[in-house]
Amino acid sequence: MYQAFLIKYAEIAIKGKNRYLFEDALVKNININLKQVEGTFHVRKESGRVYVETEGEYDFDEVIEALSRVFGIVGICPVIMIEDTGFEDLAQKVIDHINEAYTDKNFTFKVDARRARKNYPMTSMEINAAIGERILEAFPETKVDVHHPQVMIHIEVRPLINIYSTEIPGPGGMPLGTAGKAMLLLSGGIDSPVAGYMIAKRGVQLEATYFHAPPYTSERAKQKVVDLAKKVARYAGPIKLNVVNFTDIQLYIYEQCPHEELTIIMRRYMMKIAEHFAKESGCLGLITGESIGQVASQTMQSLNVTNEVCELPVYRPLIAFDKNDIVSISEKIDTYETSILPYEDCCTIFVAKHPVTKPNLEFIKKSEEKLAERIDALYQEAIDTTEVIICKP
Amino acid sequence: MECYLDNSATTVCSPAATEKMVELLTKEYGNPSSMHQKGMDAENEMRKAAEKIAATLKVQPKEIIFTSGGTESNNLAILGIAKAYKRSGMHVITTQIEHPSVANPFHVLEERGFEVTYLPVDELGHVSLQSLKEVVREDTILVSMMYVNNEIGAIEPISEIGNWLKKEHPNIVFHVDAIQAYGKLLIRPKKEGIDLLSVSGHKIHGPKGSGFLYIKDKIKIKPIIFGGGQQNALRSGTENVPAIAGLGVAAEEIYQNHEEKVEHLYALRDRFIQAISSMDGVSVNGATNHTNACHIVSVSVEGVRAEVLLHALEDRGVYVSAGSACSSNKPAVSSTLKAIGLKENLLDSTVRFSFSIYTTEEEIDYAVEQMKQLIPMLQKYTRH
Repeated sequence: MYQAFLIKYAEIAIKGKNRYLFEDALVKNININLKQVEGTFHVRKESGRVYVETEGEYDFDEVIEALSRVFGIVGICPVIMIEDTGFEDLAQKVIDHINEAYTDKNFTFKVDARRARKNYPMTSMEINAAIGERILEAFPETKVDVHHPQVMIHIEVRPLINIYSTEIPGPGGMPLGTAGKAMLLLSGGIDSPVAGYMIAKRGVQLEATYFHAPPYTSERAKQKVVDLAKKVARYAGPIKLNVVNFTDIQLYIYEQCPHEELTIIMRRYMMKIAEHFAKESGCLGLITGESIGQVASQTMQSLNVTNEVCELPVYRPLIAFDKNDIVSISEKIDTYETSILPYEDCCTIFVAKHPVTKPNLEFIKKSEEKLAERIDALYQEAIDTTEVIICKP
Repeated sequence: MECYLDNSATTVCSPAATEKMVELLTKEYGNPSSMHQKGMDAENEMRKAAEKIAATLKVQPKEIIFTSGGTESNNLAILGIAKAYKRSGMHVITTQIEHPSVANPFHVLEERGFEVTYLPVDELGHVSLQSLKEVVREDTILVSMMYVNNEIGAIEPISEIGNWLKKEHPNIVFHVDAIQAYGKLLIRPKKEGIDLLSVSGHKIHGPKGSGFLYIKDKIKIKPIIFGGGQQNALRSGTENVPAIAGLGVAAEEIYQNHEEKVEHLYALRDRFIQAISSMDGVSVNGATNHTNACHIVSVSVEGVRAEVLLHALEDRGVYVSAGSACSSNKPAVSSTLKAIGLKENLLDSTVRFSFSIYTTEEEIDYAVEQMKQLIPMLQKYTRH
């Protein structure tokens, strides 16, 4: 049983004077995630480190699972903490630990002792040598390798003595709430939840906008998007989801504009509406799941034309990703199965057989002039009738 | 106005059946297998339900086995008969338009080495005795078909087929899936040559999770669920007494003034068909006369996707089913609509309206009015 977890964070450490802001955010987010886990935990900052100390019984896997959803954590080291009752006892505890943690003892190792408490009777070097010797005696199949050990056994002499040798990778990134807020254009597909996850991982708080088109899209399609937002919220915290009724705008474009241009014009209006809500709630950018060339509306020409309506920067974290790579991330964050549920979304309902792949901005603007009569009113109505759903994990 | 026209999917539980269930959930909650009085009381409730149901079919109460619903009844019938008779032959016959709860057990039999013949239907959805005669063989052990098709409502010539089988091939077991027929048709298994008959409770204003399989006395059948040996070891598991009792009440009710109810349903159906037939691009699938069941109308609407029409109607309080669950990502076209030779472009444009004894003329007129308004609007916007 491990008494604590040492939380490793890489990038935060180089943030200079702001460092405490990042560390405090990290501690806060760890606390939030551990609330879901049964047990008593104390999260503590100590000389450039964050420790999660446990009190009483807890489920190891649950703790790891909760911690591996906290952005900013690079590694999680389960730590054994013992009272200093002499060297013999320490050596025995190290051997017990190795015995339990490694079924196959055929590895190379190095002991890395540090003393924060300098009154310990042995120097770090002496501890290294003495413990190393004991390990070799106890497990003859192990070997010492001081340059490239497979297992690094850390022994830190603090008020208590810490022993740890394994590191479970965390998600990396930056603690949530340290970067500002952005508006995710969330569809029911595979890409947009992943895009949201990736930006959130940089510490960005998310808000989302979804466009639905009843009766062409169903309530189940909307529920699917809510479910996806909840899944992303497991990492990114509660997400405010704006559900925009897009039907009338879509039908009006369908009536007035060339059919091949429907999707691209539609997307321009989606960006505009999303940006409206983004500005309203202080977001500093938009996020989309676009990837160059994936579909007609995501060619570089199309991206140029949709981008043109936005004043805020549009973050496209998947821009150079292949579909396979996006799918693997969506599987990792558990959005894939929800994403592939077969409900029609509003981008596909009227899609032309041969939509424009190289739209020309001037032509598109010309087509949009045909919308002059009613589009402002429809735009305003879409905004006024938007439903807000708070999606919590 | 709320207008529930999806009664082939499920029906509202009748007040009397609901009341009965509450009584059994809260007062007579005993386990029929218990030896004490509480158990006896529950057992008596089951017996009463079996008697009520048996009376509607003119069969014996002991020939009724309670199940969790239509799917289980069909599974037990098909898999149970195949298990019991496989030594006599490995050939079984069904149709191309069966519900998945019949079609899929047959796929299981195929995996187990049985040969399955699927009978075709004509453009109205009817199977012919002639086509059956052509495929029956020495080693045929089971014929299974539905009484009323769930998607278009075609009534199959069950009596004709059952009686021919009894006369020419008395050893072949005849199973009928009557899930859409029970409560709408008078069914007399003994006169129609039916050996097994599947019924579901929630299609006749009984509770979900209830159903039964009629198994003619002396028919050999093997269980597919094993346990404590309840219901003659044919269907182990503590009986769902509240659901069974509710089903008993619903079955009794549905066959009271039965002729009147059927007349009412046919009047609604005729009224509906007449009103929608004049609409542009609208056509009714299956027969419009009484060779079709009284409660189902399958409607194809040219140029409108079923799902869109369904949601547009829903928005106005009218609840229907999509004739074939089909979306752009996952085509799953209905086998019935294909089997009757419906035009390719209509497969994804077909919705089903289904009525119940509680449906009113006002509801029909309201639904028609909504169709009149919606269809031209929806036909304007299509995927090119």
